[in-house]
Amino acid sequence: MNVWIAIGVTAAACYLVKLAGLLVPAGALERPLVRRLAALLPVALLAALTAQQSFSTGGALVLDARAAGLAAAAAALVLRAPFLVVVAAAVAVTAAARALGA
Amino acid sequence: MKADSAVVRDALGVGVAVGLSGFAFGVTAAGAGLDVLQICALSLLVFTGASQFALVGALAAGGNPFTAAAGAFFLGTRNAFYGLRLSQLLAVRRAVRPLAAHWVIDETTAVALAQPTRRAARIGFTVTGLTLYLLWNLTTLLGALGAEAVGDTNAWGLDAAGPAVFLALLAPMLRTTTDRVVAGIAVLLGLGLLPVLPAGVPVLVAALAAPAVLWWQGRMAGRRTGADR
Repeated sequence: MNVWIAIGVTAAACYLVKLAGLLVPAGALERPLVRRLAALLPVALLAALTAQQSFSTGGALVLDARAAGLAAAAAALVLRAPFLVVVAAAVAVTAAARALGA
Repeated sequence: MKADSAVVRDALGVGVAVGLSGFAFGVTAAGAGLDVLQICALSLLVFTGASQFALVGALAAGGNPFTAAAGAFFLGTRNAFYGLRLSQLLAVRRAVRPLAAHWVIDETTAVALAQPTRRAARIGFTVTGLTLYLLWNLTTLLGALGAEAVGDTNAWGLDAAGPAVFLALLAPMLRTTTDRVVAGIAVLLGLGLLPVLPAGVPVLVAALAAPAVLWWQGRMAGRRTGADR
């Protein structure tokens, strides 16, 4: 049940912000501070989420094969690889590291 | 002038590449304990990848539904700003806006903004949106159904797909020192608070890095102009 509540709330909220952008008169969100905050919030969230999902399991900090996968993704990004290649590199290197017993 | 076919080709490229990664989402979500119906509902109704991965990650970590949804929502707020730019660029008719809104995401915005004319932007937005929506939902379903066949998703390294997606979305946003400082503080807060706060809450606290850095910058700027006088 909890999962359905989370899905319902997320779906409604995410749709409403998308729609708001299209409906709101341009002036309302044009304030420089609001724009900068909107650009920086995803940066903070994505950074925190990347770190957590790479270096933790069930509320404990861990260093495992995912770190190698993340490094591979970062290397692919530096080499300007396409989106799918970045994800594939992370998955493949993580799997390889686990197979080698990391 | 850019030929319509060139716009369609660009749009298809983005739509197909990103659409296929719905498979990773389906597998990840199944690994997090969601059932097929729940997973497909997320891709059909939420349709903004980072929010979906965030929600599933938070639920898997044992977060309560509201903190999990809050994290996904904050990630989705950037779409409002995409919509703001797109509404001027595409000049979407009022009646079509509720439909077009569902496709306002990173990729459709990126393709539309890259076009030289309104006509090209409209084609780019529509083709990217349609391709991505169809493929993302199809591959989500395949991933959700295939998760069991894949077996231990961790052995295949699929638990690295979520963070890799986040990193790929984050990398182009890290342009200025401010961006990097915010990201650095958010990482420290997210990891540092993880062992001491309930699941899902550290990410929300980490989001405060954004207003905190802006506030601090404003203060420094104020002090500097004060010293100039």
